[in-house]
Amino acid sequence: MEDTSRKISARNLPMSFVLELHKVMEENNIFMVYEGDFSQEVTKTVLHFTERKFLADNLEDTTRRKIFNVMVESLQNISKHSVSGLGDESTTASVFMIGYTNNNYLVISGNPILNHVIPKLKDMLDKINSLDKDGLKQLYKETRLNSTFSEVGGAGMGLIDMARKSGNKLNYRFDKINDKISFYSLIAKITKIESTNN
Amino acid sequence: MVIILLEGTEDTPKVILDPENNIFEISGRSLPEDAVLFYQPLIDWLDELEKTPIDNMNFSFKLEYFNTASSKIILDILIKLQEIYEAGTSITVKWYNLENDEDMEEAGEEYSDLVDVPIELVKY
Repeated sequence: MEDTSRKISARNLPMSFVLELHKVMEENNIFMVYEGDFSQEVTKTVLHFTERKFLADNLEDTTRRKIFNVMVESLQNISKHSVSGLGDESTTASVFMIGYTNNNYLVISGNPILNHVIPKLKDMLDKINSLDKDGLKQLYKETRLNSTFSEVGGAGMGLIDMARKSGNKLNYRFDKINDKISFYSLIAKITKIESTNN
Repeated sequence: MVIILLEGTEDTPKVILDPENNIFEISGRSLPEDAVLFYQPLIDWLDELEKTPIDNMNFSFKLEYFNTASSKIILDILIKLQEIYEAGTSITVKWYNLENDEDMEEAGEEYSDLVDVPIELVKY
């Protein structure tokens, strides 16, 4: 795309945008995008649609279950930790996407978070990414045992689980929006297992 | 004691807590955002059961998916069962997983390492 910075507002939406968005999605193999408010109802709906697609595609069971698990944690993390009302609309809505590239399914989330939580979150993500399979298992068990309910999620169980189930490192990025908030992007990659049944 | 029967939904499991017939089962999907809200009544119910335990209790977990919030509270349920077990009631806990679901099997093994009530891993 030659002009990605051009802002498109609902009041002035060129018809070509439908095709442009379609192209961006096709080029990046993004087959599901949801932007807006996240609630448990939205989580259920997104899971329902995606699961139907995977069943229709005859996706191998283990891969399908792993994607489903990672999606649940990703969606519930957005729902629990996203902040709103501290920037303009285009940067404070949250987004969730599913893509497929090079034999990997990508579970992608983007949401605004408060700047002051970034150091702790970054430490957690780096720690998770430094661990191997057994290390993650140990961290998961310790966190589950030691965290209280108010901390679940905040203590990073969701992230640890996403790393465990996906079997790959978590990719993340923080982009500063203003003095209060940043946009937090996270990608979990689930490598497709070839089906042996068919 | 009252019998608890909850139908499973898209994000909450089917629950049977039936002392009369010795059927205790949590099955299906457990993905509630607020796991405490869903499970607290069940924990309270088990607190009551502790006072009048039943012999050779059969407790089964047959879950398809569970989220991390549920994972924490499932441990609380197992700890509760461990307390009942340690007070002298025999309990059989069965943890079911599908033949090819290694993650669910591993979850059962991990719970088994954490609590002293015996957990039998069953493939189906």
